[in-house]
Amino acid sequence: MSYLPHTADDRSHMLQTIGAASVEDLLQPIPERLRLLRPLKLPEAQNEYDLLQHMKALAAANTDVGANIFVGGGAYNHFIPAVTEMVTSRSEFLTAYTPYQAEASQGTLQTIFEYQTMICRLTGMDVANASVYDGGTAAADALIMAANKTRRRLVYVSQAVNPQVRQVIATYLAGSDIEVRELPIEQGMTVLPELTKEVAAVMVQIPNFFGIVEDGPSFCAKVREAGALPIVAVGDAVSLAMLEAPANYGAAICCGDAQALGLPLSFGGPYCGFLACKQELMRNIPGRLVGITEDRHGKRGYCLTLQAREQHIRREKAASNICSNQGLCALAVTVYLSLVGPKGLQQVARGSKLAADALKKALGAIDGFSVEFAAPTFNEFVLRCPKGRAGEILDYLAQHGIIGGCALGQDYPELSDCLLLCCTELTKPEAVERYAALLRSWVSENAQEGKA
Amino acid sequence: MDSKTVFEKSRPGRAGVAVPNYWGADDNAGSAGIPEAMRRAKAPALPELSECDVTRHYVGLSQKNFSVDTQFYPLGSCTMKFNPRINEKVAALPGFAGCHPLAPASMCQGSLQLMYELQQYLAEITGMDAVTLQPAAGAHGEVTALFMISRYFHDKGEPRTKVIVPDSSHGTNPASAALAGFQVVTIASAPDGSVDLEALKASLDGSVACLMLTNPSTLGLFESKIEAITELVHGVGGLVYYDGANMNALMGLVRPGDMGFDLVHLNMHKTFSTPHGGGGPGAGPVGARGELVDYLPGPVVRQGDKGYELTAMPHTIGRVRLFWGSFAVLAKAYAYIRSLGASGLRQASEMAALAANYMRVRLHERYHVPYDTFCMHEFVLSADRMKAEKGVHAVDIAKALLDRGFHAPTIYFPLIVEEALMIEPTETESLETLDAFVDALLEIADEEAETLHSCPLNFSVSHLDETKAARKPVLQWPEA
Repeated sequence: MSYLPHTADDRSHMLQTIGAASVEDLLQPIPERLRLLRPLKLPEAQNEYDLLQHMKALAAANTDVGANIFVGGGAYNHFIPAVTEMVTSRSEFLTAYTPYQAEASQGTLQTIFEYQTMICRLTGMDVANASVYDGGTAAADALIMAANKTRRRLVYVSQAVNPQVRQVIATYLAGSDIEVRELPIEQGMTVLPELTKEVAAVMVQIPNFFGIVEDGPSFCAKVREAGALPIVAVGDAVSLAMLEAPANYGAAICCGDAQALGLPLSFGGPYCGFLACKQELMRNIPGRLVGITEDRHGKRGYCLTLQAREQHIRREKAASNICSNQGLCALAVTVYLSLVGPKGLQQVARGSKLAADALKKALGAIDGFSVEFAAPTFNEFVLRCPKGRAGEILDYLAQHGIIGGCALGQDYPELSDCLLLCCTELTKPEAVERYAALLRSWVSENAQEGKA
Repeated sequence: MDSKTVFEKSRPGRAGVAVPNYWGADDNAGSAGIPEAMRRAKAPALPELSECDVTRHYVGLSQKNFSVDTQFYPLGSCTMKFNPRINEKVAALPGFAGCHPLAPASMCQGSLQLMYELQQYLAEITGMDAVTLQPAAGAHGEVTALFMISRYFHDKGEPRTKVIVPDSSHGTNPASAALAGFQVVTIASAPDGSVDLEALKASLDGSVACLMLTNPSTLGLFESKIEAITELVHGVGGLVYYDGANMNALMGLVRPGDMGFDLVHLNMHKTFSTPHGGGGPGAGPVGARGELVDYLPGPVVRQGDKGYELTAMPHTIGRVRLFWGSFAVLAKAYAYIRSLGASGLRQASEMAALAANYMRVRLHERYHVPYDTFCMHEFVLSADRMKAEKGVHAVDIAKALLDRGFHAPTIYFPLIVEEALMIEPTETESLETLDAFVDALLEIADEEAETLHSCPLNFSVSHLDETKAARKPVLQWPEA
C-alpha cells in the first residue's frame, strides 16, 4: 500500500502539462552515476491485514506484566483516562503542523496556552514553554538558560539527579564553554558545598532519583545567597500535587518530564519535557511560547509570541535549535490534568506514596533486605539486597511476571547490591503482598540451597 | 464558538474521572513523613470539569484547526503527507504502549526487534553504515550529528571550529551548530540557487569541521554538483552532513551515502508519514558512515546471543535524551516502510516530484517562479511582482488561501527568495486537489489588494495582532 491516488490517466495528464515524456525526465538533475540502480533491500510491501498481524506478533513478544511494574526511574505507570487518547487521536490535533498560521490553528494554540498555564500552576512558575523533548533535554536547557542569564560559566548538578538526565546534560554541554560539576550525595541526599561567585546554577531533583524528598527551601536559600539560580528538576511529576511548588520555596527554574501526567510508557517515548521559569528569565527560555492577543475586532485569540528567541528568526543567535517539540504529548497532559483536576491528582499522588510506603515496609522487614536511606520518600525508594544477589533477584521476579525494580550498580557502584523500586496508584495491595511473598520464597529457597 | 479557557469553565467540586483508589488515598492520607516545609500548602489550581465538559471543550478546540485529515496542507519543507491510520493503531498496541523502558531486555524483545530492524531499514535507505534512533526530532538529530563531529575531531587531536551552512538552509542548521559549540560560516548561494562552488572553496580550510546541506535544497532543486561539493569538503579533511528534511524527494532514487555524505538525519514526521501532532512529537534518527559510526549516541540495538539487546558504541558521545528513542513514533515509521516496501517508497518520491512540477508549471505564467526548472518534491514562488504592482505580500496570499479552505504554503522561507511561498504538495494528494489549489492561487492573483488584506474572514478570529502579544506577553491564564 503506498497511499498514491494517481491513475495512469492522471499521470499522463500531469506529464503532458509539464512537457515531460516520463517521470524519469523530471529526475534528470540527479547525476546518472549517483542513481540507485537496484531496489532498496527492504521487506516486501505488506497489506494492512498482514502488517497488523506482524505488528501484533512483535507486540506479543514483549512480556505482558499488567500492573506488576515496580520500576520508575523516569517513566511511571499511572492511570490514563480514555478521553486523553480520544482527544490526541482527533485528526485535527494529530495531523496539524506547528501553529504558524494562527487563525487556522486556534485549537492547537489555545491548548498550548492551557498547557503552559497548568505547568505554571503545578510548579508555581510565571512562564512555561510549549514543551521540549523530554526531562533530559529540559534539564540541559535549564542549565544553558541559567548560564546565559547570569553570564557565569560553572554549573553544579547533584549526583542524586537521574543518571540519564546527567548523561544528557554532559553530552549537551561537552562542546560549550559551560563547566558542569557534580555534587556528592550522603545518605541519598545532595551535599551542597560553599558556592563561589562563578556559579551560575545548581540543580537538584525533587523527589530525587532515590525517591527522597530533598530539603528544597534550604537548598534554594543557599544557592540564592551565592547569587546563583536554583534549578529544581522534578522526579515523578505527579509528586507536584503533594509537594510544595518549587517556585514557592525559591526555585528560579523548574524542569522535568510530564510523562507521568497522561502519557503511556511506550518503551521510553515520546514523552514531554517541561520547562518553566520565573518572570526574569522569560527571554532566556527556549522553545515556543503562546500568548493571548486580539484580532481586528477586539476578539480574544492566541498566537505564538516572543519568536525572536527562536531559530527560524535568529538562526545561530537563537536561544536554542529546537523546532519540533512534543506538542501532541503536551496536549495529552493538558487533557489528563483537566480530567483528574486538583483532587484527582492529589489522590494519584497519595495512592502512589501509600503503595510505595507499604512496599517499603513489607520488603524492609524481610531477612537480608533493608531500606537503604532513612529520609522520607515519595513513590520510589532504594532497597538493599543480600550481597551480590540484586541481579539474580530481578531475574527471579521477572520469571514470576514482575518487573522488580532497576539495578543501581552501574551508576552508583556503592549501591551495587541495591535496587530502585517504584509504586504508583495502580499498584494494588495484593501486588505488594505478592512481591513480598516472592522475596520471602526466594530467601527460603536460597536458604535451603545454602544448606544443601 | 467561544474562546474561553478550560479554567473559565471550571466549577469547584466537579471531576472528569474517578482515579483508581486502592489505598484509601483520601484527604490528608499519604503525606506521612514529608517535612512540613515540603508539603504542598495549596492544591494546584487545575480546572474542575465533568468528563462531558472536558470532551466538548477539547473536541470543540480541535474544530478550530486545519489539519492534513481535513485540508490540503502544502507546507513547503514540512512534507505534510497523509498519515495512515494503521500506523496509529499498531503503535498503540497494548504490548508496545505498556512496555516500560527499564524492563529487562528479555521482557521487551518485540520492541527491541522493531528498533533493530528499523535501524537496518534506515541505514539501507540512506546508504549509511549504522543508525541511532535516539534523537527526538530533526533539529535534535542535527545537533546529535554535530556533537559526534565535535568529538570525532577532538579525538583525532585536530579540534575544528567552523561549520558551513548555505544561506538557503533551514534555521535549525546554524542554531544546531551554535549549540554544539561551532562557529557558523554562512555562504551565499549561486544565482541559480545552488551551492556556489567558489564561495565554498573560499570558506574551506583546516578549521572547517563540516558542511551542512539539504539536497534537494530548500528551493526544491537537486544539487547536481553534489559530488564536487563533497569532494571539496573532504579535500580539507571536513565532513559533509545531510539534513534529511527533504528526503521525501529521493527515496530509492539516490542515497545520501552514495552522494558522499558522512552523516544524515531523517525526519520520521516528514518522509516517513508520522503525524506532526500540532508541532510534535517527531523522531530524527541519525545515520553515520565509517569511523563516525563509533560515535553514535546510545544505546543502539544489536542482535546478541540472547536476542536483541541495547549496547553503547565504543566512542559514543553518550546520551542525547532519556531512554532509547521516541518508540511510538518509530513504530509508525516502521509500519510505513513495511507497508510501502522498496517500490512503494520509490514511487512515493517520484509522485511527489510529479505533483510539484505539475503545480509549478500550472502556476509559472501567473506567479513569479524565481528558479523555474525541473524541481524535485517542492518549489518556491515569489510574490515580489505582486508586491511591486499592487502591494500584495506573501502573507496576504497565505491568508486568502486559508479562506478558500487550503492551508497556506510556507512563507518567507527560504530567506534568499523575496516574498517566498514554498509549496510542497506531497505524493498523497489527488490531481483534483492539486488543481483546486492551483485554481485558488490563480483566482487570488486577480484579486484586489484591499480584498486580500482583509483575509482571513472565515475563522473564529480574524487577523491577530502579534505585536500586541509580544509587547505585553500574557503567557498563562491568571489564577482567580
